[in-house]
Amino acid sequence: MTHRSTTGPRTFGHRDGPVTARALVSLVVVNLRLYVREPIGAFFTLAFPVMLVLIFGAIFGNQPEDMFDGRGSMDISMPAYTALILGSVGLLGVAINTSSYREAGILRRFRMTPLRPLVYIAADVIANLIMTLVGMAGVVVVGWLLYRVQFEGRALSVFLAVVLSGIAMFSVGYLIAGLAPNARAAQVIGMVVLYPMLFMSGAGMPLEVMPDSVQTISAYLPLTYVVKLLRGLWFGEAWGSLLLETGVLVGVFVICTAIAVRLFRWE
Amino acid sequence: MVSSIEVRDLRRTYGDVIAVDGISFEVKEGEIFGLVGPNGAGKTTAVECMEGLRRPTSGQVRLLGLDPSRERLRVAERIGVQLQESALPPRLRVAEALALFGSFYRLPSNVDDLLDLLGLTEKRSAPFAKLSGGQKQRLFIALALVNRPEVVFFDELTTGLDPQARRSMWDLVRSIRDLGCTVVLTTHYMEEAERLCDRVMIVDRGRIVALDTPEALIGSLNVNRRIVFGLPEGQDAASLARLPAVSRIEQSDERVIVYGHGNHFAGSVVNAMEDAGLPFTDLRTVQPNLEDVFLLLTGREIRE
Repeated sequence: MTHRSTTGPRTFGHRDGPVTARALVSLVVVNLRLYVREPIGAFFTLAFPVMLVLIFGAIFGNQPEDMFDGRGSMDISMPAYTALILGSVGLLGVAINTSSYREAGILRRFRMTPLRPLVYIAADVIANLIMTLVGMAGVVVVGWLLYRVQFEGRALSVFLAVVLSGIAMFSVGYLIAGLAPNARAAQVIGMVVLYPMLFMSGAGMPLEVMPDSVQTISAYLPLTYVVKLLRGLWFGEAWGSLLLETGVLVGVFVICTAIAVRLFRWE
Repeated sequence: MVSSIEVRDLRRTYGDVIAVDGISFEVKEGEIFGLVGPNGAGKTTAVECMEGLRRPTSGQVRLLGLDPSRERLRVAERIGVQLQESALPPRLRVAEALALFGSFYRLPSNVDDLLDLLGLTEKRSAPFAKLSGGQKQRLFIALALVNRPEVVFFDELTTGLDPQARRSMWDLVRSIRDLGCTVVLTTHYMEEAERLCDRVMIVDRGRIVALDTPEALIGSLNVNRRIVFGLPEGQDAASLARLPAVSRIEQSDERVIVYGHGNHFAGSVVNAMEDAGLPFTDLRTVQPNLEDVFLLLTGREIRE
């Protein structure tokens, strides 16, 4: 990649596209390596969701239930656990990582380079999406091997929904990192926001088994819309019938990103 | 001589606090330029304005012909910065860090060459968190060189290092300059500035107190040389004050310090003492240094 063009498109400002692409790729690769080397992060993304399949599968099995429109508990858990991964990666992973990098002076070191902040964040988002997809694949493979879980949708639609949900959830994480004075605070805020949401959004447990009051609260939680969007597309619904969910997630992404950009600080 | 950096009437305030109060200077291509002064003198602010991290309140900075605060990314492409307080992800390995940061630039250095230059080849697979303080410091220098920079900034490079490590760091800085870099460094070790820098700018309270080569600073300011020796109790060295080269004498217990100047200072004092039959012992001369220059210019010790 030493051959450089000086006449390339100016999409990346004054920087040459190849350099930006190279920076992005190496950051994504490094982020993925660090992710795998960090046992706690890897546990929550890769191992914990599979454990949930094993535990709740053993308890509830996958018999068709009327309340799930004839689908089993494990069938509907596939998109739900994907939402759970997205929620924990965004609200814990992104928030804690970003604020601890800032606190330690790691962002300060990056700031000295010509790396554009947007490229740094794009690499972070891409690496987190890849880890989410790997965690999701683990859940689905185990679910299929043990319970022959059903997939009735289109893979591309589900993939796009994961990307949209991902950038929405990660933007909440950056917002928390911007609000929190330090990594410790980011962790506390992330947990306070995430854990109730896991139970009241349908990500951890189906909303169908929850009392009405919880279902009312769930309407105000962003993760609920991730669960509904993923579940709808997973079982073959059209995007057209999921406009509310899509719109809410786009809104969360736009609003949180706008605020996070204002609050963002390198040190 | 071409200038790498030109600073004109640079002023930077934080609210009511004036960090840098209208300073002008130039850094020449290929020199080792030192900013010295006590903590809070405005060194860091001045450097951050040169690096493009801070916008001057008023005044002008040109670095390699660019305006750092307006063209920060272009400047970042061509400078290297070693920071006093920064870190890397704990599990990132040494060689990975160099390859990663190299990928941000158009013309990255060869990782193996950098590892070799900084003596980190054996640590190439070590995670950042497992490095010693000195090794981290060398890795940060390597990161500052990863883009083959034209100007390198070192911030308090040798703070916390033992004297031997400090000397080898000086050799390293000289070899970096010999690679063709202009070096700007901040330090509060006067000895470091004196031994390492081609020119030294002494900063105090946001202003330039002096700017010249260490030799010229020491020579031109009429800083006193000193002769120190022992003298048994009952003997009086006061007669030395009559010598033209002597400006002052301090005598306490069995120790005498004679202050003076001129090339014949030491010889004339020794001759006078031998003529007078003064039984002096352990005589040594103390050359004035930048520490004395700073004291003379500001009336204060650099480390308070």
